[in-house]
Amino acid sequence: MESPGLRTALRIWVAVVLLLLFAPIVLIIVYAFGPSVVQTWPLRGFTWHWFAVAWHDQAVRQAFLLSVKVGVLAAIIAVVLGSAVSYALHNFRFFGREGVSFLLVLPIALPGVITGVALNNFFGFTNITLGVLTIVIGHATFCIVIVYNNLIARLRRTPRSLGEASADLGARGWQTQLYIMFPQVATALVSGALLAFALSFDEVIVTVFTAGANFTLPLWIFGQLRLGQQLPEVNAVVTIVILLTLIPVLLAARIAGAGAVSPTARAAAVEDTGRL
Amino acid sequence: MGVTTPAGAATAAPAGSAPGGLWSRISAVLWRRPWTRATLLLTPPLAWFVLIYIASLVVLLVTAFWTTNPFTTNIEQTWTLSNFAQILGTPAYRTIILRTVGMAAGVTVVDAIIAIPFAYYMARIARPRTRTLLFVCVLLPLWASYLAKVYAWLLIFTHDGVLNWALGKVGIGSLNLIYTNSAVFIVFCYIWLPYMIIPVYAALERIPGSQIEASQDLGGRTLRTMWSVILPLALPGIVAGSIFTFSLTLGDYITPILVGGGSSVLIGNVIDSNIGIANNLPLAAAMAMVPIAIMACYLLAARALGAFREI
Repeated sequence: MESPGLRTALRIWVAVVLLLLFAPIVLIIVYAFGPSVVQTWPLRGFTWHWFAVAWHDQAVRQAFLLSVKVGVLAAIIAVVLGSAVSYALHNFRFFGREGVSFLLVLPIALPGVITGVALNNFFGFTNITLGVLTIVIGHATFCIVIVYNNLIARLRRTPRSLGEASADLGARGWQTQLYIMFPQVATALVSGALLAFALSFDEVIVTVFTAGANFTLPLWIFGQLRLGQQLPEVNAVVTIVILLTLIPVLLAARIAGAGAVSPTARAAAVEDTGRL
Repeated sequence: MGVTTPAGAATAAPAGSAPGGLWSRISAVLWRRPWTRATLLLTPPLAWFVLIYIASLVVLLVTAFWTTNPFTTNIEQTWTLSNFAQILGTPAYRTIILRTVGMAAGVTVVDAIIAIPFAYYMARIARPRTRTLLFVCVLLPLWASYLAKVYAWLLIFTHDGVLNWALGKVGIGSLNLIYTNSAVFIVFCYIWLPYMIIPVYAALERIPGSQIEASQDLGGRTLRTMWSVILPLALPGIVAGSIFTFSLTLGDYITPILVGGGSSVLIGNVIDSNIGIANNLPLAAAMAMVPIAIMACYLLAARALGAFREI
């Protein structure tokens, strides 16, 4: 129904928005190769120097290892709890079912600083020392919904008749789950885990309140940015962080369809079949 | 051979069925009692949420009614409304609350205006392959490191940055955007835009072509159809997106610290500094009740508009 003029206008709109979405990300990567200590544009030359500096920086290494550790642990917890709740909500109708799915979304629907201050206050109240454990607890809490979104979208798309056919052919309950249902949802589980890792690896708003004296990589970056120190090295580290958040996301979109990387279950269902 | 087969089967069957028997007995019990299955599945995740997350929010609410000793900075567990009185009675805090809510509303409106035509193109004009490509292209910036994106804008807005360089090239001169409220506003619009595009797209994608044709058959021109048919049907998606843009802006304190000046303090910054430097947890908790109350109203309204199905 759109006139050719309107179509062209929309096309230009989309192109401009895409350009604006990607320009800052490309820019930061370009900056990482700039030789100057002072951050000015245009850059004068090209160097790998700051990546070498970051590689040999012990603080960066420790922060990186902590971020990986936290990301893996948070992803494991999110997958276990997220898949349990997805199965329950998909297979059973019970009072308060809507409430449970609302509860899952709450950590991302409520402003991030609230989750942060609430956990900080809670750990203080219960005398739990802030450390790796508390970072993981915070991250896992808002990662669960990512796994849930992925899995519930896949479960809804999986025909019930598959399980029924399996039972008719004599498979026991666990056999149906293991040999029929699990392969159907396996890629959704993997993509959920990858996204949970990416989300955790990059999180800073809640982490500030739950880390105590520990530094994850985003906390290290935030600290340097706040003080305006070692900015060329920060450029290199930030570039690495961009890659490490985007690789799992691209991987998830590749193995489980574009819908898997959606932040909402509804959109995930729309694009579940779209492959890169 | 004919004799050993039944014997072999007879000896093999009990050996094989011992673990299988236990398994099948467990799975049979679970099959007969769906409630046991549901409870086993739901208990761990619900326990996690209730014992950690909900408990944290409850303790936060309670803390908001306590106070700190000004000399020892210890929390005194006596019930008082003084934190709320302090927040509502201090003009600076009122300004900060209004600024934050205004910023969140403004960001939401701007993102909706940018997102709707974009999502419309994705859902109704682009071919399936382009659509998937656009879908991923919107989501990659969403997932790319948050700090990297804010920092990129710092480099763009800074005095010797890309923006002033480009403006100088076209002869406009330079803008001093860095460390202003405008800088914070632009960065928020940028960072949260994908969160608006995706739900709006999902809502637009679902509108049946027949409804649009019906509108045209009844004489609705393009603009009329968009305004009277497509926009109302897209509304739950827009509201779903606005939950993200509104809430994410309400809860951010990092962007104001990095690209905002001393004047662009938001609710999050008050909470952050009362936990860090000022060490006044009860006041931070009371301040946290402000965005919680705002979001509670917002979520109730969004639910009434059918936005929860779009999340």
